[in-house]
Amino acid sequence: MAILDTRINTRSQEFQAKDAAMRAEVDKLLSLTDAIRQGGGEKARQRHESRGKLFVRDRIDHLIDEGSPFLEFSALAARDMYDTDVPAAGIITGIGRVSGVECMIVANDATVKGGTYFPMTVKKHLRAQEIARKHRLPCVYLVDSGGAFLPRQDEVFPDRDHFGRIFYNQATLSAEGIPQIAVVMGSCTAGGAYVPAMADESIIVRQQGTIFLGGPPLVKAATGENISAEDLGGADVHTRISGVADHLADNDAHALQLARRCVARLNWQKRGSLKMAEPRPPRFAPEELYGIVGTDLKKPFDVREVIARIVDDSEFDEFKRYYGDTLVTGFAHIHGYPVGIIANNGVLFSESAVKGAHFIELCSQRKIPLIFLQNITGFMVGSKYEHEGIAKHGAKLVTAVACAKVPKYTVLIGGSFGAGNYGMCGRAYDPHLLFMWPNARISVMGGEQAAGVLAQVKREQIERSGESWSAEQEEAFKQPTRDQYEHQGHPTYASARLWDDGVIDPAQTRDVLGLSLAAAMNADIEETRFGVFRM
Amino acid sequence: MRSSSTNGASDHINSRYFDTLLIANRGEIACRVMRTARRLGLRTVAVYSDADANALHVREADEAIRLGPAAARESYLDVNKVIDAARRSGAGAIHPGYGFLSENGAFVHACDDADIVFVGPPASAIAAMGDKSAAKTRMTQAGVPLVPGYHGDNQEDALLKAEADKMGYPVLLKASAGGGGKGMRVVETSAAFQAALEGCRRESLAAFGDDRMLIEKYLTQPRHVEVQVFCDTHGNGVYLFERDCSVQRRHQKVLEEAPAPGMSEDLRRDMGEAAVRAAREIGYVGAGTVEFLLDADQQFYFMEMNTRLQVEHPVTEMITGQDLVEWQLRIAMGEPLPLSQEELAIEGHSFEARLYAEDPDNDFLPATGQLRRFRLDLEGASLLPEQVRLDSGVESGDSVSMHYDPMLAKLIVHGPDRGAALATLNRALAALDVQGVVTNRGFLMRLASHPAFQAAELDTRFIERHEDSLFATHGLSRESLASAALIALHQLARECESTSPWDRHDGFRINGPRRIRIFLCDPKEGMAKNPASRTLIEGSYHPGASAWQLKVTPAEQEMSTHSASLTTLSGDAVAITLDGHRHRLLARRDGNEIVLTTPLSPSMQGEVRLFWRRIDTIDHGQHEEESTLTAPMHGTVVALLVEPGKSVAKGDALMVMEAMKMEHTLTAPVDGSVENFHFQAGDTVGQGDVLLDFSAAETD
Repeated sequence: MAILDTRINTRSQEFQAKDAAMRAEVDKLLSLTDAIRQGGGEKARQRHESRGKLFVRDRIDHLIDEGSPFLEFSALAARDMYDTDVPAAGIITGIGRVSGVECMIVANDATVKGGTYFPMTVKKHLRAQEIARKHRLPCVYLVDSGGAFLPRQDEVFPDRDHFGRIFYNQATLSAEGIPQIAVVMGSCTAGGAYVPAMADESIIVRQQGTIFLGGPPLVKAATGENISAEDLGGADVHTRISGVADHLADNDAHALQLARRCVARLNWQKRGSLKMAEPRPPRFAPEELYGIVGTDLKKPFDVREVIARIVDDSEFDEFKRYYGDTLVTGFAHIHGYPVGIIANNGVLFSESAVKGAHFIELCSQRKIPLIFLQNITGFMVGSKYEHEGIAKHGAKLVTAVACAKVPKYTVLIGGSFGAGNYGMCGRAYDPHLLFMWPNARISVMGGEQAAGVLAQVKREQIERSGESWSAEQEEAFKQPTRDQYEHQGHPTYASARLWDDGVIDPAQTRDVLGLSLAAAMNADIEETRFGVFRM
Repeated sequence: MRSSSTNGASDHINSRYFDTLLIANRGEIACRVMRTARRLGLRTVAVYSDADANALHVREADEAIRLGPAAARESYLDVNKVIDAARRSGAGAIHPGYGFLSENGAFVHACDDADIVFVGPPASAIAAMGDKSAAKTRMTQAGVPLVPGYHGDNQEDALLKAEADKMGYPVLLKASAGGGGKGMRVVETSAAFQAALEGCRRESLAAFGDDRMLIEKYLTQPRHVEVQVFCDTHGNGVYLFERDCSVQRRHQKVLEEAPAPGMSEDLRRDMGEAAVRAAREIGYVGAGTVEFLLDADQQFYFMEMNTRLQVEHPVTEMITGQDLVEWQLRIAMGEPLPLSQEELAIEGHSFEARLYAEDPDNDFLPATGQLRRFRLDLEGASLLPEQVRLDSGVESGDSVSMHYDPMLAKLIVHGPDRGAALATLNRALAALDVQGVVTNRGFLMRLASHPAFQAAELDTRFIERHEDSLFATHGLSRESLASAALIALHQLARECESTSPWDRHDGFRINGPRRIRIFLCDPKEGMAKNPASRTLIEGSYHPGASAWQLKVTPAEQEMSTHSASLTTLSGDAVAITLDGHRHRLLARRDGNEIVLTTPLSPSMQGEVRLFWRRIDTIDHGQHEEESTLTAPMHGTVVALLVEPGKSVAKGDALMVMEAMKMEHTLTAPVDGSVENFHFQAGDTVGQGDVLLDFSAAETD
């Protein structure tokens, strides 16, 4: 029962400056997200609306329980990746509560390129299914898509994690007992036809939804048959003649109401069991995170100040407080759920790595979810450390992180560089979810370090050939590397490519984690079996 | 005027002394009398009806005796039962309070017969003032001015005109048999008299079958000013100055003050002495009030004398520092008046506001229910106990029934001058914490802070004249609406804070504001499906932000946006900052009802009661057209006015119910029809009972 103290002076100049800088980043994020919420632009929206269709976010609002949260993933997906704008990659994914059941909602935005699948659309759809599998969440697909984006068919069709994987997932998820429900609210053409067809239960909207393997133009070309879309694969066809869809809806609102009833009939029970505590807000305001963390990665802060603004009642029982103190480990609750927290408070040493591994073993044994707060420049370097075997100690941490089967959630609250990313449960270590703060940066090493390494190599080359290299020349050589790292390490760049599940406002971290943990309780927590730890 | 032989107090102790006092009343006055009686060392006996078995006056008394069923006729008005109760309890005296048996000559006789001291005047004095026309004759004899008038049998035109000319215009022509304004006319000039007389006679004949007329001087701006007098059994009489009770609603006093504003010392003395003359003329003993009309020209005219302690007596106590009930009891014991006229003086100014359980916005319909909270938060309003006095007949938890007068309490304030006292009254009204029962508090606040009232522009038609500003509650200020909304939103958000994250319903979105939509409406509307009267509020809040953004759309009005934040202060007090303007207010929550109280200001409306509810944003296309109408109060169904199924227009009367002797008509909320009635004529209904099912007409 240790209550974290705060040493922050919110009136100090330093705090104010950091606060202003972070708020500016958050504001940018919010306005960017706001713009993305508008979908595919005014014209497309008007066309969509004129057909009596609800916008995708309104569909989601209708689907989920009144006023309940929607934990949306990767709103920045596909940003600045194509020669055309594809807001949110044309697909909205997130966890929402439907008839009291947390569900994965995957909804096409037909105002964005007709809801066609760009490479990132596919990646986002597959990621949603992966999240659903990990959390054991019933899936509701709100389908309104023209299928694959044909100009980029090589990036969406052939590979393992391409379009076909969607249906593979539907089959295997269903096989795991995770319900698959499809609501056809627009076209489902060709491959898209398999979304409702592969679903456990499906709903289709009259005079609006269509399902067919080949649309009227293809039919005409192939067989010469002249037929309207509605007569070929409309709602009446599929609910009365073909049996491809199960329920007939009058309109969007009705269809979503039917979908809610589908979920209500699932006889769904959460399997996870954690010993809950009474949820209590932290003792300190989450907004203070802005001024504590700031945006300058070189300015250190005590990560306990961050923890104090995320965990219930700011209560944190620290484990091995005085050993390997560049890694903070301890137990706390978030929204009443017990968690183990692993947070960086400086560069990783051998002791910190071993301590982290020990703590992960504890949490895995006790089946307590893990929260990684990542702000890491890497492992310590130098002969002393290499000789004491920091590589094998680091490997212990990486092994523990990789093998732990408890729900793992990672938040990048600062830098995420090099092997530190691995030890702190980066994307490759399959955290249930991974989020970034707008001040975070991710790359194999810091831009300055990379530029320095490259300049060092270059200088050796130049000096070997007997020439000289002025400081100005060196500086000019380094700048592009710095720029590249800054650009590619930026959260919006990372999030566009789905290296994470979203960039979040630091003040929302506690709620995001709470919702995630609660959703994870739909699944059992498996037994962990660790690999060989090098001793 | 006080006799010189004042040393005879002990002579009378043996004959009239009593050690036990029965209070033949209920509510605040019973409690008030008991308070003094206890201080004087008397044993107190309360009486009660079944409806009052656990009332405050019963709880506060040393003993209490049941009189009978709730109906006053069978309890508080039953002379024999009250006398019996006095006998059973060994009470040597009965204080009648006001109302009930206080001016009942037969009761005074019964007391005399039973050898029980009646704390009040002799029966003869009551009888003398009870007969209004005989009283006027005696007042003329005593040199007390009456409103000039002609009540004679001679109805010749010329004679009537001559009488009118003698009084001076304007005069009021009234049908002798009249009532209800028929056959009544104000005549402004002598030249207009004949025509008016003929008109009045015609009307009177048509309405009453009688064309006899009476004439009175018409007072253009009459004030109701009354003088408190006291007489003892030794022939002494004094006046304790005057009270102005001009602010009345249907002859019911609402706000009283002492002294009357704008009185010269001469006028005060003239009226005081006239009042004492009036009392002496009829051999008065004890506390009495002589009511006068005071016209704009400073002429005053006798109206009537109330032979009892008045409801508004505390304002006199506040400015004189005397306990009038103590005076009453001492005089009843045969003691002489405690002070002589020269020893009495006015200090400062006092107001009394009568708090009724009634709904000013609903034609002052009496309200019933359980008072969940009833207290005066002096500390919260930074008021000192010596500035404010609350004479109350109820406490938190008490029920307000339909059986008796709906007055709950009196709020009395004192200040060095009128302005200071009025400011204190406003603060004190705002500091009253009343929950569970609708009261006229908001109306009192609007009255007390009305510019005309503050300027002491008083007359008996004050409320009529300022109706527009006093009842302008339909248009609540944006500030009031936004404040209530913010409190509701905070409540919702706080509920969310304590529940599992997925149970929250504050519309959490990543990187976006939480959005909650609610509506606000009059609590009477409640869940009645009448969206036309609702104010829609959309509140959005981002965790990083310091304020809520509110979009406020009152019914049929433009939307406005406000930035709003709330800080909880001590107790019920909150600070709400709206667009940079910070207001301190008391916010009481009662389920989905919010009562906001502030001192009145240009932006805040004193007392605001609102019902709120979250709006279901999701319309799944099922349009519910049904609606129901509920009983606004406990009462009896009198008549069903329409046939079920038959179309009615919005505002058409559907059924009539009666409660508290007043009829209340339920009207159609919108065009549509009654599906069925749940009650028949004669059935008793409880407050909130669904009376009928109503279905709205299809609209496109």
